[in-house]
Amino acid sequence: MSGTKSRTILLVDDDEDFVYQQKVQLEALGYRVVTADSKTAAERALSSARPDLAVVDLMMEDMDAGFSVCHNIKKKDKSIPVIMCTGVVSETGLEFDAVTGEERAWVKADVLLSKPVRFEQLKREIDRLLAD
Amino acid sequence: MDTLRVLVCDDEAGMRLGVERALRHFTVRVPDVDGEVHLAVEPAESAEQALEIIEAGAPEILLLDLKLPGMSGIELLERISPRHLDMLVIMISAYASIDVAVRATKQGAYNFLAKPFTPSELKDSLRQAAEHLIVARQARKLAQEKRRVRFEFISVVAHELKAPINAIEGYLKIMATHAAGDDPAVYDRMAERSITRIHGMRKMIEDLLDMTRIESGQKKREIATVDVCEVAHLALETMMPDARERNIMLEFRGPDSLPMSADRGELEIILNNLVSNAVKYNRDGGRVEVVVKNPDERVQIAVSDTGFGIAPDDAKKLFNDFVRLKNERTKGVLGSGLGLSIVKKLALLYGGDVCIDSEVDKGSTFTVELQRGDIAT
Repeated sequence: MSGTKSRTILLVDDDEDFVYQQKVQLEALGYRVVTADSKTAAERALSSARPDLAVVDLMMEDMDAGFSVCHNIKKKDKSIPVIMCTGVVSETGLEFDAVTGEERAWVKADVLLSKPVRFEQLKREIDRLLAD
Repeated sequence: MDTLRVLVCDDEAGMRLGVERALRHFTVRVPDVDGEVHLAVEPAESAEQALEIIEAGAPEILLLDLKLPGMSGIELLERISPRHLDMLVIMISAYASIDVAVRATKQGAYNFLAKPFTPSELKDSLRQAAEHLIVARQARKLAQEKRRVRFEFISVVAHELKAPINAIEGYLKIMATHAAGDDPAVYDRMAERSITRIHGMRKMIEDLLDMTRIESGQKKREIATVDVCEVAHLALETMMPDARERNIMLEFRGPDSLPMSADRGELEIILNNLVSNAVKYNRDGGRVEVVVKNPDERVQIAVSDTGFGIAPDDAKKLFNDFVRLKNERTKGVLGSGLGLSIVKKLALLYGGDVCIDSEVDKGSTFTVELQRGDIAT
């Protein structure tokens, strides 16, 4: 893969298996991957480096920790694309999406993926967002 | 206060008024149900009018005269009974023949009241009907609540079992397609993690089985004389490898032996859960202490750790099903969230209880007290 070598992806999720699985697969494709397992760890990672893209889980230690992580990423740099992953849709039937501009502004994410997230799906969104 | 609607259908104005007056300040007290039941009386002078009222919203109780101009009481009953099974019908009649009584009962009439009746006879009959209604209502509510609890429990179980399956499936997919590159160490770690998650899942299934057996009372309990100290030593030994790996010291304080009357398996579940928690949620290099005492012919088992401690708000929820405290420090610790709830249920079986004394960052002590029971000599 050309052009991905220098790209850094920030993975924020407290599910250590999910994080590890995405990390090894992304690394195999040539991405550099920084992981964080909490809101505070994500903030620490953000203060030391600017990722090219972030994948953030909505529910970590708090119900909505992901929202505040997304907010902080966009505050740092609005141009960093954010993919938010959430089990909320499948678990609670609560529906929300990031299709319209208004929704994207509200969830502070560019794409919303429902858990369980398939890697091919994640890869497709990463390719698309980084190609822009 | 609950209010029951009573529709009085009688062509005699005096009768309608009499019933209304007799029931105006009448309340029914139902045993086992909080509060009183008040009756709200509505009159109808014909079956046709009663039908209209019932169609608009059925009352709980219908006082129905048999002989009415136009549609008769029995005819009304035949028209409404299939659709209004919840409504209790009390037939009022001056000349209830056996034949009519049988017909009315077949149509679902609940009771009969022979004319003329005294206010106290009326009240008795309505008290009976109201009690019947309220008890039935309570039973329905209880059944509904049971269904809800069961549904919630199944949803949580399904969710808890899905999580490890998702993780294992993820690893297998990567391994099958070699999607993680060429380093074999990466694949070794994936196999190891998969096995860890499978162990966690098995523990959860075992806990679930323990719990349902305890709750359904179907677990065969083999009560015999069991030495609490021996079971405690065994639990400590079981956790020894994990403790040694993290440099955690395990200690026991108590008499050489303390016999009690118990099911050995249940006592093992209690001690294994508490000791394993004390190790899992401890800091590396920490300490676990099991203290067995015998105050006032009871058995007291206290398991202390030097771990993260639990905030008072969290401590309250701790003994409920599927409660796992999620914070920075419990991250990476696997558990079913059922252990303490099982310990509590078992302690109750022994006329005892479990309590926690904890200080954040210092550690926790879980104390179980059990009745010692009759000890065979």
